[in-house]
Amino acid sequence: MRGMLRDTFREEAQEILAEFEGSLLELEDSPGDRDAIGRVFRALHTIKGAGGLAGFDEMAGFAHEVETVYEAVRAGQVEVSASLISLSLAAGDQLQRHLQDEELTLDDPQAVALIAALRRHLPSSGIADLSDGRSLQPVVRQEHAVTYRIRFRPPADLFQRGLNPVGLLRELASLGSCRSVAQIDGIPSLDQLDPLKCYLYWDIILTTGHDINAIRDIFLFVEGESQVDIERIDDAVDHDGDYKRLGEILVERGDLKLADLRQLLDEKKRLGDLLLQQGLISGAKLESALLEQQSVQDLRRQREAQDSASSIRVRSDRLDKLVDLIGELVTVQARLTQTSQEREDSTLLSIAEEVERLTWDLRDQVLGIRMLPIGATFSRLRRLVRDLCDELGKEVDFTFEGADTELDKTVIERLSDPLIHLVRNALDHGIESPNLRQSAGKNPRGSIHLAARQAGPQVEITITDDGAGLDPDKIKKRALELGLITPQAELSAKEIYTLVFHSGLSTADEVTNISGRGVGMDVVRQAVLALRATVDVDSQLGRGTTITIRLPLTLAIIDGLLVRIAGDFYVLPLSCVEECIELRAATQASQDRHLVHIRGEIVPYIRLREQFAVVGKAPEVEQVVITRNEASRIGFVVDEVIGSHQTVIKPLGNYCRGVKGLAGATILGNGTVALILDTATLIGLADEAEKKSLAS
Amino acid sequence: MAKRIMTVDDSSTVRQMLSFTLEDAGYEVLEAVDGVDAMQKFAAGERVDMLITDLNMPNMDGIELIRSVRKDATNRFIPIIMLTTETQESKRQEGKSAGASGWIVKPFKPQQVLAVVRMVLS
Repeated sequence: MRGMLRDTFREEAQEILAEFEGSLLELEDSPGDRDAIGRVFRALHTIKGAGGLAGFDEMAGFAHEVETVYEAVRAGQVEVSASLISLSLAAGDQLQRHLQDEELTLDDPQAVALIAALRRHLPSSGIADLSDGRSLQPVVRQEHAVTYRIRFRPPADLFQRGLNPVGLLRELASLGSCRSVAQIDGIPSLDQLDPLKCYLYWDIILTTGHDINAIRDIFLFVEGESQVDIERIDDAVDHDGDYKRLGEILVERGDLKLADLRQLLDEKKRLGDLLLQQGLISGAKLESALLEQQSVQDLRRQREAQDSASSIRVRSDRLDKLVDLIGELVTVQARLTQTSQEREDSTLLSIAEEVERLTWDLRDQVLGIRMLPIGATFSRLRRLVRDLCDELGKEVDFTFEGADTELDKTVIERLSDPLIHLVRNALDHGIESPNLRQSAGKNPRGSIHLAARQAGPQVEITITDDGAGLDPDKIKKRALELGLITPQAELSAKEIYTLVFHSGLSTADEVTNISGRGVGMDVVRQAVLALRATVDVDSQLGRGTTITIRLPLTLAIIDGLLVRIAGDFYVLPLSCVEECIELRAATQASQDRHLVHIRGEIVPYIRLREQFAVVGKAPEVEQVVITRNEASRIGFVVDEVIGSHQTVIKPLGNYCRGVKGLAGATILGNGTVALILDTATLIGLADEAEKKSLAS
Repeated sequence: MAKRIMTVDDSSTVRQMLSFTLEDAGYEVLEAVDGVDAMQKFAAGERVDMLITDLNMPNMDGIELIRSVRKDATNRFIPIIMLTTETQESKRQEGKSAGASGWIVKPFKPQQVLAVVRMVLS
């Protein structure tokens, strides 16, 4: 086909060039001859257009340069002069050369000289901009399917221009999966109806892998005269099955006023029915918004299903069993290492080292399987915030980061409740009403920010609000009333804030049905302690509150500190250990009151020997393991500190289950059992004992 | 039944290229060399589903042709695609207000022509 096209073009170009020359000569005789100018221009135009088609690109390019000058001549910007005619004749010869020699390019010295001379004839601004024309753009395929909401309101004269809107919609449908609703509210009564006009417009939901330019291209011919709003509404990233609510969609589209929506929502009926009843919206618009909701939800469900197709569902008890087995393996491996060291057999040692390395790898892998991103929990909170805001009449921007931070499945499950409580609290007590905020010079919209990040072997979750903050005086007063603290107690700000976690302490002046009964924070504390996590509160009155939860990555295996009392071994979670010091008579502040001086600070301690009623005499020099719990420090006195130990947590049998202060047990390398201490409970027990002795 | 398309261009190269492309894709093509020729063919009773026309032609140019077709009782609703060059933005506007459905920018590739034809004929 190409060859034939070339021959046709050569033939045609010969004729055109002959006519071109003739017209130029006519023009020389009568420079104002519009007809001749038109013929010259058309000749160049045809050579350019047809040449480009037949593959004579260089020739077409050259013709374009000459055409540009004659376009200006035709527009009256350039006068026909003798020099222009000579130049044009030379240009005709150059075009002839192009026709004979296809290798000839625009870099040819003669071509360059001619183009330069031609351009000098142009008025300075007359150089045509080549880039303004838009043709169909290359279709770019995207990796992810994106869903767009399109409102297409065609020009009224659409039919008179021979265009069929159904064709455009069909073309749109060819890009991906497409649903559309025709809006008929523009149709006038029959006597006013002009059959040549298009009164309809369409709402379209399109899910496509093509990019937005492909969509725009379809509307290319009606661009400018019609309304084409294209909005991205889903981009395959959010995996949460829920999509926006009906009211939100309608407000976003500008079909419904926010104030009207608010008013209606108070009536607690189905929004769709209400809207229709009140005539706020047409049936088709409602249908279209519902369609959008349905489409995106379907899509997200589909994606969820796809996601799960690329993985295998395993019952979590099987995983638990696997973790147990790894625990056993870790224990046996520790024994192997110990034995090989005792034997001093180099072959055995190298095998033991290999086994150790493999065991750790295996352990990390298996624990990794149980890890889930925390994002799903965060998304659920988003819904909670939205609902609460409506209920409380507050406006809040809820943001979160670190949604891909991974935590053990069990940890995530148990974390959900405390997080809900904390976010509720922030919204109810933290964030003030818009009016109050405005009068305090703050943005009427409050903000709550939730962040998760991994910090070493822990995950840190912070909830930050820019609300009223905690009032230390108020908390102190409440705590005094409840007898949680004594009037003499000198507490740091942090210690005061920590008091909010006590059961019954609420500083809220009125109790709402969301929070304020002082129960929530206690629940948070219990749940957090059960996760071996710590909570920190930081606040600035009038500026906001930040609550930080530090969680262990997993509950199955922890880093522990192995200690000994008499012949028994115990493990303290390393995460709460600050330092170890020796306990001599000199460092003891008071023999009876169990206090120790550390660099000028007095720290209370608990004698585990007494706590567990271990028989026998304590050694001369004992060790105190100083731990930090919430805002306070407490020491545990033991006989000897052995060192850090990878602790596989085993539940205690029924026999020991009732013993307070123990979190579980673990098996050491030599087969001995060590008990894992639950420091928080131990501290509680000691507190109670002290209170009792003070009372009596 | 195959859709019938009339191509109007004074350049035989362009006409040939369009015919190749369109016939290859299963369309029936009727060629005209300028606006006068096209209108004569219509007057003689030729019916087509679509018109593709150049703008710069002797005797009757593309814009005039579009206006004439839009006044013609039998053909007034057919899609009309103009062939323009990238420098003719103002021409394109003129064509649109005269009643053109769309345009193809010269020089064009066969698949561009087919994409546009498919779109306006679907």
